[in-house]
This record gives sequence, C-alpha cells and structure tokens, in this order.
Amino acid sequence: MTRPTPSGTAGQDPGVTGPASGGAAGQEAGQVRPMGMRLVWAVLAGAAADLAGLGLIAAAAWLITRAAEQPPLAALSVAIVATRAFATGKGVFRYAERLTGHDVALRAQARTRERLYEALVPPQQPRQGGADLLSRMVDDTEAVQDLLVRCLLPAAAAATAGLAAVVIGLTILPMAALVLVAGLVVAGVLLPAGTAAAARRWSARIAPARAALAGRVADLVHGSADLAAYGADGDALARALAADEALAALERRQARVHAAALAGGTLVQGLTVAGVVLLAQAGGAGSVGTAVLALTSLVAFEPVLPLAAAGERLAGVTAALRRLREVRASTPAVTEPAAPAPRPEPPLTVEVDDLVVRHPVPHGAAPDSRPAANAARGPTAGFAGADTARAAAAGRPAVDGVSLRLTPGKRVAVVGPSGAGKSTLLAALMRLVEPESGAVRVNGVDIRDLAGDDVRAMMTGLTQDPYIFRTSLRDNLRLAGPDADEETLRRAVRDARLEEWVERTGWDAELGEDGRTVSGGQLQRLALARALLYDPPVLLLDEPAEALDEETADRLMSDLLDVTRDRTTLLVTHRLKGLELVDEVIVLDEGRVVQRGRHDELVSVPGYYRDLWESEVLTRR
Amino acid sequence: MHKDLLALMRAERSVRVHLGVTMAAAVLAGLLVLVQAELLAGVLSGRFTAAALAVLAAVVGVRALLAWTQGVFAGRTATAVKSALRHRLLLRLRELGPARLTAHRSGELVTLAGRGLDGLDNYLTGYLPSIAVAAVVPVAVLIRLFAADLASAVIVLVTLPLIPVFGALVGMTTKAVTERQFTALSRLGGHFLDVVRGLPTLRAFGRARHQATVIQRVADEHRSATMRTLRVAFLSSLVLELCASLSLALVAVPIGLRLLGGSLDLTTALLVLLLAPEAYLPLRAMGTRFHASMEGVAAADAAFAVLDRSADDETSPDGERPGVAAAPVDGGRPGVAAATVDGGSPGVAAGTAGAPEIRLEHVTVRYPGRDVAALEDVCLTIAPGERVALVGESGGGKSTLLHLILGFVRPSRGRVLIDGTDLRDLDLAGWRARLAFVAQRPHLFSVSVADNIRLGAPSASLDDVRRAAASAHAGFVADLPQGFDTVVGERGANLSAGQRQRVALARAFCRPGTSVLLLDEPTARLDGRSEAAVVAATERLAQDRTAVVVAHRPAMIDLADRVIRLHGGRVVSDTTPGSRLVRQTAPTGPERSGK
Repeated sequence: MTRPTPSGTAGQDPGVTGPASGGAAGQEAGQVRPMGMRLVWAVLAGAAADLAGLGLIAAAAWLITRAAEQPPLAALSVAIVATRAFATGKGVFRYAERLTGHDVALRAQARTRERLYEALVPPQQPRQGGADLLSRMVDDTEAVQDLLVRCLLPAAAAATAGLAAVVIGLTILPMAALVLVAGLVVAGVLLPAGTAAAARRWSARIAPARAALAGRVADLVHGSADLAAYGADGDALARALAADEALAALERRQARVHAAALAGGTLVQGLTVAGVVLLAQAGGAGSVGTAVLALTSLVAFEPVLPLAAAGERLAGVTAALRRLREVRASTPAVTEPAAPAPRPEPPLTVEVDDLVVRHPVPHGAAPDSRPAANAARGPTAGFAGADTARAAAAGRPAVDGVSLRLTPGKRVAVVGPSGAGKSTLLAALMRLVEPESGAVRVNGVDIRDLAGDDVRAMMTGLTQDPYIFRTSLRDNLRLAGPDADEETLRRAVRDARLEEWVERTGWDAELGEDGRTVSGGQLQRLALARALLYDPPVLLLDEPAEALDEETADRLMSDLLDVTRDRTTLLVTHRLKGLELVDEVIVLDEGRVVQRGRHDELVSVPGYYRDLWESEVLTRR
Repeated sequence: MHKDLLALMRAERSVRVHLGVTMAAAVLAGLLVLVQAELLAGVLSGRFTAAALAVLAAVVGVRALLAWTQGVFAGRTATAVKSALRHRLLLRLRELGPARLTAHRSGELVTLAGRGLDGLDNYLTGYLPSIAVAAVVPVAVLIRLFAADLASAVIVLVTLPLIPVFGALVGMTTKAVTERQFTALSRLGGHFLDVVRGLPTLRAFGRARHQATVIQRVADEHRSATMRTLRVAFLSSLVLELCASLSLALVAVPIGLRLLGGSLDLTTALLVLLLAPEAYLPLRAMGTRFHASMEGVAAADAAFAVLDRSADDETSPDGERPGVAAAPVDGGRPGVAAATVDGGSPGVAAGTAGAPEIRLEHVTVRYPGRDVAALEDVCLTIAPGERVALVGESGGGKSTLLHLILGFVRPSRGRVLIDGTDLRDLDLAGWRARLAFVAQRPHLFSVSVADNIRLGAPSASLDDVRRAAASAHAGFVADLPQGFDTVVGERGANLSAGQRQRVALARAFCRPGTSVLLLDEPTARLDGRSEAAVVAATERLAQDRTAVVVAHRPAMIDLADRVIRLHGGRVVSDTTPGSRLVRQTAPTGPERSGK
C-alpha cells in the first residue's frame, strides 16, 4: 500500500519555507465555499438518521399491533416496506452525517486556526502563561470541532427527532404528546444545562489543582538533578503525590455530576414512557395508538439522552472559544500606520533619538513565554524577557533615553549587564515594541510611519529567541532566504562556522522535535547563518556568541567581525574581545547610556567598560 | 484490552473493588431493561393492567439508582487507576535519575504524568463497563427470546454474531491504513503548534504572512487525510448500524405476518420487538466506546513504555568483572602521586568525613540508544582537596563525568571508587549528602527564595540561609520585593540567569558537611559582573573541598589546580597550570585488551 501522498510530503516538509507553495493559493479558492451549506447537509443527514430510527420503531410497532387485529395483508404492506426502508436509511444517513459532520468540523477548525494565526502575526504583548499558553491556544482551536461534532449536530438531530415524535404523538393523542414534550425538555434542555453549569463550576475548581500537579511533576522532571543531589527527591515526590490526591478527590466529586445526569436521564425516559402509556390507555388511544406512542416516546429519547454529556463538554468548549476570542481581540504591541510610507532605499542611515520604551506590565506575573522545545538557551522570554521582567517589576522604562546613529557601513556594539535594555532596544528597532517617546528614523522616516514588515525587512538578524522548526536543516535555513541557491546556503553556513555540524548532520536531517538534535551552541550558529543568509541592509545581532564555549565564541566573534566589515551592524554582546574593531561602543545600564565611544577611548577612562575589560583580560590566558 | 493496565488494576485492591461495583451496576441495569420490556409489552398488549405501570416506574427508579452508582464508581475507578499509574510513573522518574531523564523528552513526560493520563477516563469509565454489559446482556436477551419465540430468537442468534464478525473484518482490513494515517495526522496536527511557536523567528525574517497560506495548505491536507481515515473508520460503524437495524426489520416483518395468521400473540410480539434491539445495542455501544478510548490506550502505552524500560536501561553486568578493571590501574598512572601533592589542602587528613579521593578505573559509560560511548575507558584519580577543571567541547563527556560521581549514571564498564570503596557499594544518599552540586541550569522551585536555598538542609534557619546567600554573593535577594520570602516564578522566571545561578550556589553553601564540590559550567551565559560574583563564590566554596568543575570560561579554569580536557569521551590532556606539566593518559596495551 502506498503512503497517502499529500500528507506524506507534508510530513517531510511541513512547509516552513517551501518557495513552491504558491500553487496552494489556487486550491484555496475552491475550498472556501460557504460552510453553511455543508453544515446544513450534516444537520439534515443527522436528523434523517434519527428520524429513520424513530420511523423504524413506529412503523414496526404499528405493523405488529395492527397485524394483531388481523386486517387484510394489503393493509400492512406499506408498513412492511417502511420498516425495511427506515432500517436501511438509518445506517446510511448516520454514515453520511458522521462524514459531513467531521468534514465541516475540520474546515471550521482550519478557519479558526487561520484566524488565530492572523491575529498572532502582528507583534504581541507578552502574555501570561509561557510555553504552555501556546499549546493551550492550539488545543483550544480543537474546541470548534467538538462544538460542531459533539454538541451542535447531535442537538440539532435530537431536536428534529424529538419534534417528529411529538408530531406523531399529537396526531394520536395531544395530551400524551404534552407529557412527551415535558420529558424531552427535561432530558434535552434542563439536564444538559445543568451539566454545563456544573462542569463550568467544577472546571474552575479543578483547573488550579491540575496546574498544581503539573507544576510538581515538572519540578520532579526538570529539577531531578537538583533534587537527587540534595536528597530532596523524597519530599518532592510526596508533594507531587499530595497534589495528585487533591486532584483525584475533586475528580471523584465531579464524577457525581455525571452520574446524576445519567440517572436523571434514565428516570425521565422511563417515567415519560409510563406516563404516556397511562394517558393513552385512559384517553382511549386504542392498542395500536398506545403501542406506537409508547415506542416512539421510548426511541425519541435515544438521541436526546447523550445531550447531557454534550452539555458537560460544552462548558469546556465555550471557555476555549472565549479564550480564543480574547486573543483575537487583544491589541497588537504596535500600531500599524493607516497608509504606510514607502520603504526607504539603501544605503540606510538609522537614527535613534532619545528613545524611551516602557514595557506594559504583562497580564500575569511570569512573562516567560519561551517555548519548551527551544528552552536550551535559558529562560529569557520572547524578544526581551529578562528586560521585561525586571524593568517592569521595577516600574522603570526598559530603555530610557537612548540615542545612537548608524550610518551605512558603520558598526555599533551595545554592551551592558543583563537586563540593561539591550534586547528591548533591538525590539524597538525591529518595531516589535511601541516606544513611549523618542523615535527611530531610517533615512529620516520615522519607522512608525512604515509598515512593520518593511521595517523588519530593513533591520533584522539574529534575535534573542531563535526557533528551530520541525523540518529539515535546509528548510530551517531557507526560511531566511527562500530563493537562495545551494552556494549561498553553503556560504552562510560557512560564515556561521556551522559547516562541520551540517556535514555531520546532513542537509536533510529533520530538526526540532524538542530541540534534541540541536545543542545551544548549534542553535545559535544556525540562527546566525539565517541572519547572514537574509542579509538585511541593517544587521542586528543579539548575543551571537551566547552559549558557545570560549574558543568557539572567540573564533565566531572574530569571523563575525570579519564578515560584517562595511556592513551596517548593531551588535549586542557581553564579550568585549574584538570590539576594538567596531566604530562605536555604547554601554547601557538600567536602560540608560552610561558610556559611549571607541573601545580604546572607553578602556582609558574608569567605568563599567574598563572594569569589564580588565576582568576579561585578567581571566584570559 | 490493555494487558498491562489490567495487571495494574488487579494489583490495586481499591481499583478492583470500584471496578467490580461499576461493572455489576452496569450489568444489573442492562438486565433490568429486560424486565422493563416485559412489563411494557404486557401493558401494551393488555395482558397487565395499568397498575403494572407502577412496577415499571419502580424498575426505572432502580435503573436510575444503578446508573448513578455506575457513574460514581466509574469515577472512583478512573481516579484510582490514574493515581496508581501516576504514582508508579513518578517513582520511575526518580529511579531513572537525572542523567537518563534528559535522554527522554522531558516535556512529554510532564504531559504524560499530568494531563496525558486523563485520556484513560473514557477507557475506564466507558469501555470497560461496556465490555461487561456486552458479555452478559445479549446472552440474557437471547435466552428470553428463545423462551418467547423460537423463530425470532433464531434470527437474532444468527445476525448477532455478524456485528463482532463484521467489526473485526472491517477493523482488520482497515487497521494498517488507519494506523499509517494516524501517524501522518499527528505530524500534520503538530505543524500548527510548531509554526505558532516559531512566529517570532518567522516575523524576524518576514515570513510570518507567507506562512498563513502554508497553514491553510497543511490544514487542507490534514483534513483530506483525516477524512480518508474516517471514511474507512466509519465504515465499520455503518456496517454495525445496518446489521442492527436490518435485523430489527428482519424480526418485525415475519412477526407481523405471523400475527396476521394468528399463530402468535401480541404480548410475545411486542416483547420480541422491544427486546431484539437490546441484543444488538451493547455490542454497538462497546464498539463506539472502544473508538473513544483509543486515546487512553495510547496514554497507557506511553506510560507503560516508560515503566517497562528498566530492562534495557540497566547496563549489562558483563563489563563489571572487577579483575578486568583493577589490574592495570597503578601501572598506567604515573601522575597520581604528583596530583596528591599538588592538591595538598588541609582537607586531606580529615578522614572519611573530609574531602575524599575519587578514582575512576577504566570507566566506560554508554547511554542506551547511542552508538558512541559518552565516556570511553577513563582512568582518573582526583586527590582529596584537589580542584579540577573539566574542559573540552560540549558533548565531550564532561557532564557525564559529573553525573558519574553523583551516581546519576553507572559505568557500563570499570568502576568509580570513593576512598577505595566502589560507589556501587556505598549508600548513595549518604554519599550525595557529602556533595555540593550546582547543575548547568539549576532548577528553581516555585517556592520562596529561602526554601529554594534550604533545599538540601530543610531544617536550616533563616540565619543559615542568609549566611549561605551572602557567601554565594547573592546579595540581590535582600532587594527583592519580599526579600527571602519572595516566591520564585515557575522555573525561576523572575530572576536573571546570574541570579538563579547564585541562588543555586547558595544552596550548596547552605548544605552542612559537604566535602565535594561539583559544578557544571556555573558561569555559562552570565555577563561579566555576574560572572565575577559567581567565580568569587565558587572559589570560597571550593576551599577545603574536593572540587570538580566543568568550565568554559578562563576565570573559572584559573581556579583549578588541574585542568583535564575531555574529547570524544576520552581524557586527551591532563595539565597542572602551575607546572605546565602535561600528563599523557593515552590508553596502554593491557587496558585495550581489557575490553
């Protein structure tokens, strides 16, 4: 058997780059048909299946009770045919319903994901919740599928079947139909509403318990070395088990809601049928009428009873959809101009004029949004996690009145302790954060008047959060140069000193997958190769030598200074070796420029730079 | 059914009881449906009076009670099984130890032990009871049908097996297809998360908008792949549904004709009509529940895979024959005496409680699933009080060496001797109590800074904690909003890398009675000022202790009396910076033959 081709190819190339993917646009037009029609078909098929089930039992009941009155055979022929037809129809319609329903649901989910993605494309404010947040968001998009397949479609079909049963009842005995309506409303509306409300209440209580358990388990896994070495693993295990017990106790109590709904449904169904029969016999519906009434009532509950479980699910679904709406409604970190100015042509001069950037206090306490998969480099969040966290905590601007000028071909280095605002400065240049005051101008044009994408096309490079996609090494590089030929790719790899690793790993090796195959240093060099491949007019490099060992870092920095000669470059670093080659060094501390000048000027005066330089020289052999 | 899971449930008494009650309630409720049908048929045919409806109502009440019991006990079963499994998983995580944990995908383990096990709910609360019902109720229905009407009973008897048979047939023919497609599905499903996570990178290179079309394309592929799977998967339910409903028609029509002929009474006919569907229902319910419980089966598989890995993880005892390793030790190590003299610190004389001698004899470490050994035939003696820097490229075996001393990994060959005693024979907890260890990325727990510092000394007073923090140059703690009571964010989020490192160093200071210092790249990723503070703290901590420090940075290396360079799992150079004496430790003949 052959592998399904489209999914097979996508598996190898999840299309992170794929310059050939333009052809997909044609396909799109074809599939964005109104989803409403498909939904209607799904509902109709579901209703038809339930109606067939109802018809089957009604026809059979009529057939049997009527036959007992021994009419001529011809009187039964219609019922016989109907019984067989309904029997076949039930299966076929059910199959159709499930297929169309899932098709619609998947389309709806795809649409939700597209809309979520579009909402996420503009630069975002840091959010609470970190790495988990993104996977939760992605899980939330599955809620749409559940909403349709497990809540909406069954409810519509059950309503149709219930209505049909009531209509049958009305034609036989209106009083009995009323009892049936009451029973169906209790089982199909009140019970699901009750379970939905209970589920909402319980999930609010269970969510923190679940989070606590996850945290304790994460401690055991991520902190296992510390715990084992300090003999504290027993305590940590006990804490995890206590968290588990707390969660289990809540879940046991939650199970009662489910149990009560189950019991309630059974009770309502049975009592309704008994009531209908009692009324029918008292009302003189005759044995045929009574039998048909009783059996249709019994069967009408079959699609209705599962709605209680659907109600439980609905609570989760609506919560997920609300979270997604909030994400979509959140304002981006920067405002795009209504009519963007044309992108300035190189050569570019970048002026930063008295720039002040203050990070909004994130929605929660922990702005650590680094995806777990790429956690190899430490927990600095997003573009400027360390800056954000501590500057926001201290209530001071992350960047506080910084000015600098990058003329074509000039190289400027920004140094300073971690949390000094270096990464925030780069984020402001890339138009990822909105400055509070001051401006960044490119050839005299304020970047606030330019499209964000245009700004990033001019000024970008190695950011603080390089991500390795789950695709081949080649495609991971190519995303920075979709049209690059082999030679260009090789040159970028060579310049980033990644050659040996690439030869060993292979161009087509699949990366990602929890970052296992890529070490911190390799990740950094891969990100550098991307930056060099993209070759922006103004190259930004955020700690290019971070996480490399001393020798590699030295080699990389000297190569880097070689490669970037005559290239407009802004280099953020905490290593001073080689900085004698750059045109200007700016020392940042707590968001302010505390020193600036050439390397030899700075080492000749007392201050942070000289201290740092001396300690670096001292420790160097 | 899941073999391992059943074994686990059998082993846990509370689970057995809860599951037993759940199943009994489900079966009883199923059997009461027979009584209900009997009563209803009697009333409808006029054989029973309307008073029988009261009995019917009572039966319904009992069924409701049983449904409630089933629900409650199913919930208890599920939580009990999950707790038991989680307990075993967590014990296993501890048993695996840090070194082997890193080989697993830690994120996956966290998910598995947490939310992952919730997938079992459907399996335990839905599928298992449905098996019991399917085993009992159809048989009971058949028996009643045989007693009532032979012809109808035969039809049901003949068509009933079609459900499992068709189910199995469809299942078998589609198994390969569905499995393959599910793999493809999970990859496609992961794509969106991958892209969302990488958005900042895509944005930096102007690829974010382009990716929207790729997402559409992948979603489209995902949908068509899913639909292909479902078209086949739903086929089985189509067959089952048709079997059941056509059988009903098959039963109903002849009954009608026989009633017409007068050879059957109405009560029996109605009873057959009411009972026949109940024969098929449990089997179909079981099929549906089975599909819904697949996720749980996958979770159970994943959990038991972690639990069962014990066999291949333990290194084979072949290489542990002491004779092989012991013989060539002294001959091959001219540097031992010199090292002892070099490291002659006050700690030497302190006996077993003081700084110990650590000796590695022909140690080879292999991680399961890797071709290349992490350490290959390493011989090394670290004298009491000696300060050793381990240098070399990442992946050279430096961290493995630390983990070896910590007892996180065991040698595949050779042995580790502490003051002449094999580490294997030592009480590991007692040995670790003598170690002060700071991992490369120390984990901070989401408790107060003080509690983080007293990790290894729960009884330490706040003064002890303050002293330890001062020694670790962690003065910043006093400036935190609540000082030492400040609760650290999840994984230390509200502290900088340097601050986290110093809290971890304070942990080492806070632990009383340690005689060995083990540090894994304590200054990686730190800026100059943080580095200077950590170096100073390390120097202090190394006093009177045997110190083994994995180092990248010169400042750290300069603290050492001895620098050992590892490459490809072998010691390639062993120098004493003061004397610049290079001790070559290339393996000699006998050592090689020892393999």
